[in-house]
Amino acid sequence: MDFSFFITQTISGLTMATLLFLVASGLTLIFGVGNVFNFAHGSFYMVGAYFGYQLVSIWELNFWVALILAGLGAGVVGMLAESLFLRRIYGRVNEGGFQILLTYCFILIIDDLVKLVWGTEYKSLPRPKGFSGALNFGDIYLPSYNLVIIAVGLIVVVASWWILTRTRPGKIARAAAVDREMVDTLGVNVPLTMTLVFGIATALGGMAGALAAPLRTVTPGAGVEVIIDSLIVVVLGGMGNFWGAWLGALLIGEVNAFAVAFLPKWASLFSFLVMVIVLIFKPEGLFSPRQVRKV
Amino acid sequence: MNAILELESVHKSFGGLQVTQNVSFAVMPGEISAIIGPNGAGKTTLFNQITGHLHPNSGRILFQGHDVVGDSPQKIVAQGIGRAFQIASLFPDETVLDNVKVACLSRLDQTRRFWRPVQRFRRATERAHGILEDLGLEKQADRLAFELAHGDQKLLDIGIALVLEPQLLLLDEPTAGMSPEERQRTRELIKKLWKAYDLTLVFIEHDMDMVFGIAQKVRVLQQGALLAEGTPDEIRNNKDVVTAYLGEA
Amino acid sequence: MNSGPKFSTAVLWTLMILGFALVPVLMRSSYQLNLASHVLVWGLFAVAFNMLWGVTGMLSFGQALYYGLGAYFVGLMVEYLGSAWYLPAIGIGMLAVAATSFLLGLLVIRVGGVYFTMLTLAFGQLAWQITFKWYDFTGGDDGIQGIAAPGFLQNPIAYYYFLLVLVMLSIWILKRMAYSPFGLMLRCVRQNPERVRFLGRRVRRNQLRVYMVSSLFAALAGSLMAGIDNSIHTDMFFWTTSGEVILMSVLGGLNQFFGPFVGAAVIIIIEDIVGAWTEYWSLIIGSIIMSMVILFPKGLVGELHQLKLRMMPPKERRSE
Repeated sequence: MDFSFFITQTISGLTMATLLFLVASGLTLIFGVGNVFNFAHGSFYMVGAYFGYQLVSIWELNFWVALILAGLGAGVVGMLAESLFLRRIYGRVNEGGFQILLTYCFILIIDDLVKLVWGTEYKSLPRPKGFSGALNFGDIYLPSYNLVIIAVGLIVVVASWWILTRTRPGKIARAAAVDREMVDTLGVNVPLTMTLVFGIATALGGMAGALAAPLRTVTPGAGVEVIIDSLIVVVLGGMGNFWGAWLGALLIGEVNAFAVAFLPKWASLFSFLVMVIVLIFKPEGLFSPRQVRKV
Repeated sequence: MNAILELESVHKSFGGLQVTQNVSFAVMPGEISAIIGPNGAGKTTLFNQITGHLHPNSGRILFQGHDVVGDSPQKIVAQGIGRAFQIASLFPDETVLDNVKVACLSRLDQTRRFWRPVQRFRRATERAHGILEDLGLEKQADRLAFELAHGDQKLLDIGIALVLEPQLLLLDEPTAGMSPEERQRTRELIKKLWKAYDLTLVFIEHDMDMVFGIAQKVRVLQQGALLAEGTPDEIRNNKDVVTAYLGEA
Repeated sequence: MNSGPKFSTAVLWTLMILGFALVPVLMRSSYQLNLASHVLVWGLFAVAFNMLWGVTGMLSFGQALYYGLGAYFVGLMVEYLGSAWYLPAIGIGMLAVAATSFLLGLLVIRVGGVYFTMLTLAFGQLAWQITFKWYDFTGGDDGIQGIAAPGFLQNPIAYYYFLLVLVMLSIWILKRMAYSPFGLMLRCVRQNPERVRFLGRRVRRNQLRVYMVSSLFAALAGSLMAGIDNSIHTDMFFWTTSGEVILMSVLGGLNQFFGPFVGAAVIIIIEDIVGAWTEYWSLIIGSIIMSMVILFPKGLVGELHQLKLRMMPPKERRSE
């Protein structure tokens, strides 16, 4: 294995890791702060991709503007879903089961709504101007758009770090992840916080969808693959562990990139196996402190 | 006569907090006694160590001569220590009868049977009805457990424990949350059950009528340590105890 | 779990069996026979699934794994070894599923909660991926068609009665389990596992037992399905198949033994009707189930039962 190949794969893995992180971080955020497992998270990713398609390919907006709007759009959809429907089952007996059920219904509904509006054919989204090429360093091939994705990811990571550690809402979110009742008694509006967190998480996921759209075609059903991938990441990093999601995404991104290079047909099985092993031996995640999380 | 339950220098701390400090006492077979003390004195924690839910840091807990420290709760139950909880631990969607019956079936080791319907297991059914009668819950046998009044739920909790034929029964605040009439009824019921089932009974209580009404012996806990031990009269006249607790009912 | 006074349930059962038995006689096209067959198979699958979730509180999102295995054992053995292997394949498939569910159960039951659900989903998808990619052996996304049943079972009506008998027998077995001490134990495991331990019983062991039972009957359902359309397809392993059976249980009512069967019938029939004028079936069923979860969490049969109870004088409620 030579150096240029290694670099190329590593960057490729980093790209995937970034996309995974953007989705998985939202998933883990919702779980950590709200104790809700958003099974439908992948659907918001897909919604973001479709919004991106609509804004860029149909309405011909500037790519960067569209990216942000797509994310915001997905976030709004997420907040509506949470406040109108999900909220009504909080606190029920057997809540976990009903959550999964309800979010499963979200998947069914959103998938069909997307088909209704945009049809079932695959849609494509072109890369933004100036980024369709690649940088070449000898044998190293670095598509410029991939670098964009990685850059966006870094921005999100830094911004998240700053928000979570330096701002009041961020600290509240972290506190809520540890002890929700305590935060409630402090006078924080918990339902509103929940909705906002849900919105931010789905916005991130939606933005990831729009960001990924030029790389992959935009299709209904994309949400399903994404949820399983992000699930793997979240399990690795630990449910509710924001930075764990980042490390997990990195790990899976790279594992996948190299696996695809060597065993393209069975590459996806690898990440799977990794998740199963982690779930069996350390269900709280590789990067989390040992805690018994048996609901 | 040998003690049925003996605690020897039992000590438990969580980090810097000492919840059980060097507690030693002996409970005689057939005795009915109370453990009292203010909230946070470590009474329930003590129960938890006796039933194996918590392991003491040091000391021995001898049940019928055998040290049960380190045994699992199931093993301790099997050895003959029963427990009723502060908050009744029931099967809410099952009928009152079935709540007791499942314990009977378990006792008769019939819970793996998967063909005959539950109603046709005569011995378990009869036993269950018997216990409900003793508890005064017979009329509510077909109601679902969650529908019961709070006091009845606690009685049912005791009933489930009784099915397992314990020699030693630990009751954690049996009359908590009850009205005065319910309390009196429960007091008399507990005394009746104590005699009828030939039990050694230890109960945690805040209700002083209950403590001084039926207990033969009273042990007082303060901040995890045994402050005093004696007959109800001795305790009533104990200066330390009076200063610290008897205002609290 | 409600058993009801003996007379009326016996009547209902007889009516139902009679109803299904008369389908070949009363039907106007083989399409209706096909529909009834689907209802029977999914009904069994859903009732078996509900033993896991409604009764014991274990939400598995991967029962399609066993359903698929049941179907594929029949399909593959007949394809490669001949139709004489049809019936033995059902038995062999169930043995394989017993072993698989035992091993898998040991692995996934330990973790519990959301992790249990996700792990079962993962394993189901794993099976799907393998079947999908192993084109040479399993036919991948094309599946395998033309699976011939042996001898007299080739007659669709004969097969239908064969199916009917097996399904009714299976549901009867499951019913007896549900009302037995084992069934009571399972419900107690769902409601208060800590107290179950206090009775000296093992929670995980009981969970493993019901997991195996549920999976065995899921496999049987799959095996029977393979003979209805004489084909197998990787979609049988796909997570939406697992999801379908969950939706059926919820619609029918988790806390009712027979609810899921009703749910299966309703979903299959409505899907059939709605599918004719719109392809947006997911939207419709998703909305229906969502409304049910929010407004009528007890499901169709459950809510009807509640209504019935409310209209009865209190004294008579006892035996319900």
